[in-house]
Amino acid sequence: MNAPLSSPSAAVVTDAWRQFTPGPWTSSIDVRDFIMKNVTPFEGDERFLEGPSARTQALWAKVKELLAEERRKGVLDAETQVISTITSHAPGYVDRALEVVVGLQTDRPLKRGIMPTGGLRMVKQALESYGYTASPALDAIFPAVRKAHNDGVFDVYTAEMLRCRKSGIVTGLPDAYGRGRIIGDYRRLALYGLDRLVADKRGQLESLELAQLDADTLRLREELADQLKALEELRTMAGQYGFDVSRPAATAREAVQWTYLAYLAAIKEANGAAMSLGRVSTFLDVYLERDLAEGRITEAEAQELIDQLVIKLRMVRFLRTPDYNELFSGDPTWVTECIGGMALDGRTLVTRSSFRMLHTLDNLGPAPEPNLTVLWSERLPAPFKAYCARTSISSSSIQYEGDDLMRPHWGDDYGIACCVSAMRLGRQMQFFGARANLAKALLYAINGGRDELSGEQVGPPLAPITADVLEPALVEERFLQMLDWLATAYMNTLNAIHFMHDKYMYERLEMAFHDRDVLRTMACGIAGLSVVADSLSAIRHARVKVKRDARGLATDFEVEGEFPTFGNNDERVDRLAVWVVEQFMARLRKQRTYRDAVPTQSVLTITSNVVYGKKTGSTPDGRKLGEPFAPGANPMHGRDVKGPLASMASVAGLPYAHAQDGISYTFSITAGALGPSAPERDANLVNLVDAFFAQGGQHINVNVFDRETLLDAMEHPEKYPQLTIRVSGYAVNFVKLTREQQLDVINRTLHAVSS
Amino acid sequence: MSRQPLVDPVGRVHSIETAGTSDGPGVRFVVFLSGCPLRCVYCHNPDSQHLADGKKRTASDVLAELRKYVPMLRAAKGGLTISGGEPLVQPEFTLALLKGARKLGLHTALDTSGFLNANASEELLDAVDLVLLDIKAFSEETHRKLTRVPLAPILDFARRLAARKQRVWLRYVLVPGWTDKLEEIDGLAAFAASLGNIERVDVLPFHKLGEWKWEKLKRPYLLRDTQPPSLKLQIEVRRRFRKLGLNTPGTRHPPKAT
Repeated sequence: MNAPLSSPSAAVVTDAWRQFTPGPWTSSIDVRDFIMKNVTPFEGDERFLEGPSARTQALWAKVKELLAEERRKGVLDAETQVISTITSHAPGYVDRALEVVVGLQTDRPLKRGIMPTGGLRMVKQALESYGYTASPALDAIFPAVRKAHNDGVFDVYTAEMLRCRKSGIVTGLPDAYGRGRIIGDYRRLALYGLDRLVADKRGQLESLELAQLDADTLRLREELADQLKALEELRTMAGQYGFDVSRPAATAREAVQWTYLAYLAAIKEANGAAMSLGRVSTFLDVYLERDLAEGRITEAEAQELIDQLVIKLRMVRFLRTPDYNELFSGDPTWVTECIGGMALDGRTLVTRSSFRMLHTLDNLGPAPEPNLTVLWSERLPAPFKAYCARTSISSSSIQYEGDDLMRPHWGDDYGIACCVSAMRLGRQMQFFGARANLAKALLYAINGGRDELSGEQVGPPLAPITADVLEPALVEERFLQMLDWLATAYMNTLNAIHFMHDKYMYERLEMAFHDRDVLRTMACGIAGLSVVADSLSAIRHARVKVKRDARGLATDFEVEGEFPTFGNNDERVDRLAVWVVEQFMARLRKQRTYRDAVPTQSVLTITSNVVYGKKTGSTPDGRKLGEPFAPGANPMHGRDVKGPLASMASVAGLPYAHAQDGISYTFSITAGALGPSAPERDANLVNLVDAFFAQGGQHINVNVFDRETLLDAMEHPEKYPQLTIRVSGYAVNFVKLTREQQLDVINRTLHAVSS
Repeated sequence: MSRQPLVDPVGRVHSIETAGTSDGPGVRFVVFLSGCPLRCVYCHNPDSQHLADGKKRTASDVLAELRKYVPMLRAAKGGLTISGGEPLVQPEFTLALLKGARKLGLHTALDTSGFLNANASEELLDAVDLVLLDIKAFSEETHRKLTRVPLAPILDFARRLAARKQRVWLRYVLVPGWTDKLEEIDGLAAFAASLGNIERVDVLPFHKLGEWKWEKLKRPYLLRDTQPPSLKLQIEVRRRFRKLGLNTPGTRHPPKAT
């Protein structure tokens, strides 16, 4: 949208943009173009980096104390009265004298706000579980005066949807919490200032003064009007912190602060499951380079800005229920920041600030948030690759995603929402759809749609398989029939959820940092892929005998003979995994979606692989009732026996074209298995990551640790407050996991030196 | 032009590791063959000493598996390493694998004790980019005690490789009480330095990761009470190789300036 420059005065804008190379970005909102015109790619190594400033160290020491107290109490503090909005709370500080970047979600550090538009019941439960009581005043509002998202969803849920939800064949649905997975292009505030963005949004609203206003247009007009209100609230909030964000940021410090304030407004208003930051380091680098060139700041001060931004991002908190924590444990917020990648014109987008961002893991120690995500390309500068590897080995806090794979799909200014979901920044969003449990679907295929635990008829009453030995052709045929049903039931459920989410929990501020017309994807997902692939393999290549209980349900299986398992680069089973992905996606594509969203799917479980396993009976691959699934697209624990390349090749062979919401792989290796000396370990980790992406992989979490460390951390958590490990798509403090999940991590395939 | 083998040789394969990081440059596809004439007291693969321990596989079968990893191995700057056991127990099979890997455009490495010098044809050595030569000890007495075979043929093999200007990485396992005599180490260092083709020396600290295999095989494990060498000793031994100009990386090696 073109909008005339009104206020602030042209002179102020000219000064803010001094020395920047102009281009289309000056006349329309186009952050990507700004970056391409002004980025300074950096091919050097990390020797320019500086340690933390005294202020940063003092501030981090204070925050660490608060974090330790929070760890003891569960939550440090929680709001019980005031509903969180962009302007609900007075400015909050940790220590004004030490903070270079300011802004907290509430008036006190780590105090959790309440956002009952998702549903008051959840807020109350969460508060009660930590010993707080919600103000009775809230009861007067919800649902009597104001209906919540959760109420809306349950008003329209069908009996079938309720059965699916209860049985756990579809789980983790955002019907009681914010869907998240939307990334506002927060950089826009720094580059353009609020006045310009408001003018642009007004223009968008005017552009929809059509002769005929249908429901879709009216909805969009209302949303734009809401976005404008949210932007004005952001102006007020920034003003309370003493910043006039009406104009563009004129210095690096302002650019960091403006960008963070825009993000802060988003996390004050919405408690989405994943509240990702986007791709800010290389954007901010343009400002840092200019200030360095102008002599305004030193390298130490540049690092201080990034360190302090990261401290703030490490303090993002939401109030969650214990149920939620069981599903996604470790208090994750998925403040995902993308680093590096390549431009479409062949230049690298690695800048000094890519290093500075990773360097926070040295300066402040490892941490799960922000969720640092390196967009990896074969062509990234070698010194940067080596620095990534070194930092991975020392922190286990980085995930890598295949830029060469994703760039052709999403261009060179996409961000990652949550763990693996790529989207063009400011131009695309997704309707997060959690995931369907395909291992359970396989059991439904065998049991004629009845749940193997409850015995209830959840799926369609197809004829159950009655033979004593499972016959591959029949099982596969019934499985596909069950997927026909599941895809329909699942998509209907998601349509209901997102219809209501838009209605009652619309993310005004996040969407204000988007274009008028965005591409929407309906991000479905699957869990239990390796369980299903191994089960189908066992049925094909071995003899699987069924054991039925008194109800006639197949509740256990006896496998005779050997069968190939997923994770060994063995086509006989790997192609079954590919087949499952393709078949389910084909069925999702047949569905009608809310707002004509494009259906996609992910192979991602986050930590819910444990809960899914608990809710799923024994499977034909020999996995017993209650045992966890492998996370994401991982091979089952201990069944990938041919070493890292074989395991990687199986996962990398899953088709991204049919899982465009991402394919998560968690890789764990001991330091010793990476090579005999430190430089060789760095080099070999680079080699392994290169190999994985060369094979077509999309995402890899890299953990470098020894089992002994984890076992010790289980027994002595106080010794390891910052021990961070990567699980499916995000990182967590190991000591914050439940004991069950800790054991799940420890039992995963850990690639060690072969002896 | 070399003559193509008429038959597809059958070998005895102990195991395959798809991502070896200590057996040559980069990340490597390592084929462990079974059968070894040495009886090293510290062997970490005692279950590979007998030829019959391995699984029978044709060379073309192993190469078909290797082929699946070619793009990854290239991206990982690695290649194929044949180890064991002792690959030269099965020279025809080894040759077929090496030539097959070369055809796939992969770097090749041969991990050997060099004891079976005579089994290594010129054709075979021509198909090897890098020899990983394990010299277990540098006196006849220690060598026999440690491995039950003489040292001389191994040194002959090392000289032959030097004459061929073959690229070699020398490997020396440091075992307290067995191979930690500094005068023997100095002798080995001087010998290695005199050869002129030793690109690198790896001093490998003895580890007990294979102990359970001895127990499983119900064979006496003489090193039950032996401890891994101290870091101090490792540094000292590496220093002695480095002093003679040999490239000797180690765990305490400072990070590469990039």
